[in-house]
Amino acid sequence: MTFDEIRGQAILGWQALQHSEKPRILIGTATCGRAAGAMAVLEAINRELSLRSIDAIVTQVGCIGLCYAEPLVDIIKPNRPRICYSSVTPEIVSQVIEDYIINDNPRADLALGTIGEGSVNGIPRLFELPMLKPQVRISLRNCGHIDPEDIKQYIANGGYSGLVRALGMSPEEVIEEVKRSGLRGRGGAGFPTGQKWEFCRRAPGKEKYLICNADEGDPGAFMDRSLLEGDPHAVLEGMLIGAYAIGAEQGYIYCRAEYPLAIQRLKIALNQIAEHGLLGDNILDSGFSFQIEIKEGAGAFVCGEETGLMMSIEGRRGMPRSRPPFPAISGLWGKPTNINNVETWGNVSAILQRGGHWYASFGTETSKGTKTFALAGKVVRTGLIEVPMGISLGDIIYAIGGGIIEGKRFKAVQTGGPSGGCLPASMLDQPVDYESLTQAGSIMGSGGMVVADEDTCMVDLARYFLSFTQAESCGKCAPCRVGTRHMLNILERIARGEGEPVDIERLERLAQVVKSTSLCGLGQTAPNPVLTTIRYFRDEYEAHINEKRCPALTCTKLISYYVLPDKCQGCGICLRECPAEAISGGKKMVHVIDQTKCIKCGTCLEVCPDRFSAVVNVSGEKVAVPSEPIPVTTPKKGSRTSGKPSGTGRSKKSE
Amino acid sequence: MVFYFYGLNKHERLSEILAPHRGQRGSLIPVLQRVQEEKGYLSEDAVSEIAHFLGVSKSEVYGVASFYAQFRFVPRGKHTVKVCQGTACHVRGSWRILEAIERELSIQPGGTTKDRKFSLERVACFGSCALAPVMVVDDTVYGRMSIVKAKKILAEH
Repeated sequence: MTFDEIRGQAILGWQALQHSEKPRILIGTATCGRAAGAMAVLEAINRELSLRSIDAIVTQVGCIGLCYAEPLVDIIKPNRPRICYSSVTPEIVSQVIEDYIINDNPRADLALGTIGEGSVNGIPRLFELPMLKPQVRISLRNCGHIDPEDIKQYIANGGYSGLVRALGMSPEEVIEEVKRSGLRGRGGAGFPTGQKWEFCRRAPGKEKYLICNADEGDPGAFMDRSLLEGDPHAVLEGMLIGAYAIGAEQGYIYCRAEYPLAIQRLKIALNQIAEHGLLGDNILDSGFSFQIEIKEGAGAFVCGEETGLMMSIEGRRGMPRSRPPFPAISGLWGKPTNINNVETWGNVSAILQRGGHWYASFGTETSKGTKTFALAGKVVRTGLIEVPMGISLGDIIYAIGGGIIEGKRFKAVQTGGPSGGCLPASMLDQPVDYESLTQAGSIMGSGGMVVADEDTCMVDLARYFLSFTQAESCGKCAPCRVGTRHMLNILERIARGEGEPVDIERLERLAQVVKSTSLCGLGQTAPNPVLTTIRYFRDEYEAHINEKRCPALTCTKLISYYVLPDKCQGCGICLRECPAEAISGGKKMVHVIDQTKCIKCGTCLEVCPDRFSAVVNVSGEKVAVPSEPIPVTTPKKGSRTSGKPSGTGRSKKSE
Repeated sequence: MVFYFYGLNKHERLSEILAPHRGQRGSLIPVLQRVQEEKGYLSEDAVSEIAHFLGVSKSEVYGVASFYAQFRFVPRGKHTVKVCQGTACHVRGSWRILEAIERELSIQPGGTTKDRKFSLERVACFGSCALAPVMVVDDTVYGRMSIVKAKKILAEH
């Protein structure tokens, strides 16, 4: 069968599905959906459909990116718009099936929005909502819309037409097209993709390799996982195009083992393209041959670094080596090798499908196209987003993310994971592009974007990142191995309240050495979180060092928990749950925490019922509490009998 | 040396996994992954056997295996509890969850309870950041954890 015939069939099948007489149900069952309970909802759907003898088509799709609203279920009735329901439970889905599919009441109260043509009274259009309106979906174009395990659905939506187009061009023309798009590496460093390919194409040698870096190791990043789970063919098509342009016959996908679903979907997709003549020898009768093998990572962050990754594929310790020679000249097994990240490959397929000029129409002068970000942390609408380059950080956090949870104050946004930096509120107007973020002291990175609020301690955050990079340092070069250890020691000391004023300067000096002398990107960027937090949040370091106080109430050595006598109703919950048996009290007796026994775990704060909110934690101050349990007195309305100073401490930590 | 597991002679079983890779140095990591998948951990015997098959030294095999966080050299408990310590989980207090579980099970990350019921691991990121803090027991992902919820989930196992 020719590709045109395959495509013709796929389109017919897709149209038949769109105009199906049966109701259709789409459910997001990517890892994030599953964590929110999507599999139980799927079971409930199947149970309900068979119980009520409803003939419906149920499709498992990838993640549309609205993780905060998971699990998501879409229902499409014949000739009606697609309605997306959010935070669905097995109970809700049974209700919606009864009310909407059977009784034709679309339950606007449970719906998030409609997708596609047509509208339903009382339900907004999903892509007009503030979290989706500023987004432009290129690499995530199919996520949440097609069945990732059905190649026909991908083909019907333009899939593999980019490969067909590329095979009709010369490899040099394909490289030119990618150059025209202005695409830069989405793994973080931002090297122009077309240029990288050209180096590898021109490198002498017949045997060349191509790698897809799916070792998404940045804690706080899940863009690549979502793309691989939701639309694996978009990545594979990109790789095929790249291999043709470079002249590689063997490709590898190096995927972290923590992503079993992504690996499973890739395996299915690889089998499908082999069956359809899109992989293997003489692809689509073009004379071009290419094989792809999946390599599972074994849990080493440093393997995200390209030379470390290649060592790992060769079966060795994933220790990076110095460059030059660059992988384009001497990479895997000493042969010219081109490596790009998952998202880059996902963009390549779109660029060849729709043209380099089209892609370059998005973004800024030097950063073209779109970038996906994993928006997480203390933001209302967490999720996976894809935005045109140049959008401001503030628009991402406030328009798309809906601002900070519980109406708290924004403190910082961390971009680029352990290699990036923390940017303060004054940087919210900064456009998101490679140059602006680097200038601010951070990096674009692979796309992790973690929002911190007033309850996040910046010293602790810097300590956290450094403890990560320190533990993941491969140990090959001394600046990284020893330098990060020393920096971490200093930060731990500061967090314990044992810091000295000169420590800030020590940290800065060490950071410069580690940055400028480390062998690979891991060490060269490891100091970024420390340097940016010192640059923008120096006052917090000073509070820890000079006042032995943690303003965000995070560093356990510097905080204390108290039960407020005017609020405690003597319910006994905290007393029962305290793992250190540090709380005394009795029925209707005000509970008291023994500060010498308290391990500062925060359990009492978590379990104290909201209606009492009697537990507070404070730093650098004392709260007047009885030394032993006293009878509960019901306080007069509005009166405060405790000595708790106003404006400090907090009574309930965000969940 | 006779050693049994899963009712099969160890050498027969290991040979089966190793046979296609004889002399292939580059297959070391996938081989280690397959052996661990079969056996649950990498015993000293298994390391020797792998070294022999691939034609490299034992120290080389151990050197590679110990470099990667995935490989274990001691058997694991019946259930594996992984607590995510990624950035998003961290800012939402995942370290409190981890500490609570350490106390509850009286083990440190990397350890296994005396009754071999639970093994505890800290993981850098599951990529389910939007549901932070996240904990995974065996293959089930639990999102939006709290200390109390985490203890309850352990009690259910």
